[in-house]
Amino acid sequence: MADFFTNSPLGIGLLIVGQVLLVVVPLLVALAFLMYADRKIWAAVQMRRGPNVVGVFGLLQSFADFGKYIVKEVVVPAGADKGVFFMAPMVSLVMALIAWAVIPFNDGWVLSDINVAILYVFAVSSLEVYGVIMGGWASNSKYPFLGSLRSAAQMISYEVSIGLIIIGVILSTGSMNFGSIVAAQDGDWGIFNWYWLPHLPMLFLFLISALAETNRPPFDLPEAESELVAGYQVEYSSTPFLLFMIGELVAVVLMCALVSLLFFGGWLSPVPFLPDGIFWMVLKMLFVFFIFSMVKAITPRYRYDQLMRLGWKVFLPFSLFWVVFVAFAAKFDWFWGFYARWTVGG
Amino acid sequence: MTQIDYGRAAKYFLLQDFFVGFKLGLKYFFRPKATVNYPHEKGPLSPRFRGEHALRRYPNGEERCIACKLCEAVCPAQAITIDAEPREDGSRRTTRYDIDMTKCIYCGFCQEACPVDAIVEGPNFEFSTETREELYYDKEKLLENGDRWEAEIARNLEIDAPYR
Repeated sequence: MADFFTNSPLGIGLLIVGQVLLVVVPLLVALAFLMYADRKIWAAVQMRRGPNVVGVFGLLQSFADFGKYIVKEVVVPAGADKGVFFMAPMVSLVMALIAWAVIPFNDGWVLSDINVAILYVFAVSSLEVYGVIMGGWASNSKYPFLGSLRSAAQMISYEVSIGLIIIGVILSTGSMNFGSIVAAQDGDWGIFNWYWLPHLPMLFLFLISALAETNRPPFDLPEAESELVAGYQVEYSSTPFLLFMIGELVAVVLMCALVSLLFFGGWLSPVPFLPDGIFWMVLKMLFVFFIFSMVKAITPRYRYDQLMRLGWKVFLPFSLFWVVFVAFAAKFDWFWGFYARWTVGG
Repeated sequence: MTQIDYGRAAKYFLLQDFFVGFKLGLKYFFRPKATVNYPHEKGPLSPRFRGEHALRRYPNGEERCIACKLCEAVCPAQAITIDAEPREDGSRRTTRYDIDMTKCIYCGFCQEACPVDAIVEGPNFEFSTETREELYYDKEKLLENGDRWEAEIARNLEIDAPYR
């Protein structure tokens, strides 16, 4: 039996499909409840109740929404480029999903343990912008087009600073493999060994850039309803719209996973006497997601020029400076190896 | 050369707005909800609340309306249509009393105009329908409303009487 799964092509294929399902299905189910949690948190801050009718405490709200999206009529604008129009949401969702191939949930619990994992995630999340651009262009309508242009500019701007922040972490570790990055954060002091402490300013920069990268409020300019109705999603209805929504949320959860892997030590326990495990990884992702939801509830939307100013005139120079600083700190072993963990990493 | 406001710059870089906002958000997060859980619990209504119309009767079952058509005349939306002719006993009564609820603006002029408190706007606001036609109320429907809501309407009129 074991031979079948390790040697025959069919067996290997089945094994891969099984592993993929093992990651994607729990992710999508968790997503339904995260969407619910997002709405509940948003509601609580505004002293509202949020969804509370479908199921106990409204827990099944997302599934009801899912059913609604599925049975609605698919409307295609008359001037739309049909092929691209339907490809856009699929690109958006697929690009968000395939990034999970390299995200480890526990030591070795990863679909594909490649050495350039961060680079891969970075590349794939850059490709997500294509879904948005295609959707906006293929709709053949002015608001979606403007929305997608904004989105493209915004995502590219903030990818620059995300890239530089990630470089800082890579410099500290000496490896682009997530397993090594987490291993490098292991130590005797538990929570104080994690990268959030040496890279504290970058943690905040990364959180903010992640919000901008995933078009979450306060940077949801592509969907600014007061200006663009719903941006690139205007002409979408039914299942294609659902795919866009899921893709967007998967990207958000991916950012949560990235933050917890890069800065919060992934599956490492915060205190030395408790065991490490997937439990901590999930808890950290939930914590970051909570922060994202709170930010959505408490911040007003940025103006477009403010967004660009923040990205290019504040984040870019600051993260660039930080890369140089970390490079020197790591190379010349300042702060007693606080910034260089090469012995464990690479 | 403009002066740099270092205090402001420091606040900006330390994300002061964000942290203050986050604290405020968390404070409200645990506050009791302001929302009324609507279909299960309802907010208080004033006795003067102007909801769905009703035609009232006297305690002996005689309908109050005497077809003076003051309400029809005062109605700014011209939603009311009345036809009248003498009944067998010689009293003047309506043969038709229609209110187009889709035209009605719920101003309450009809109940102000009514000399016998026949047409009133009751406390009911949950009378949505699935078709437009169902909102063209006739005399029968209005009298039925009056019978159903009489207790509440009478109480509201009594509470409000000292202020009229």
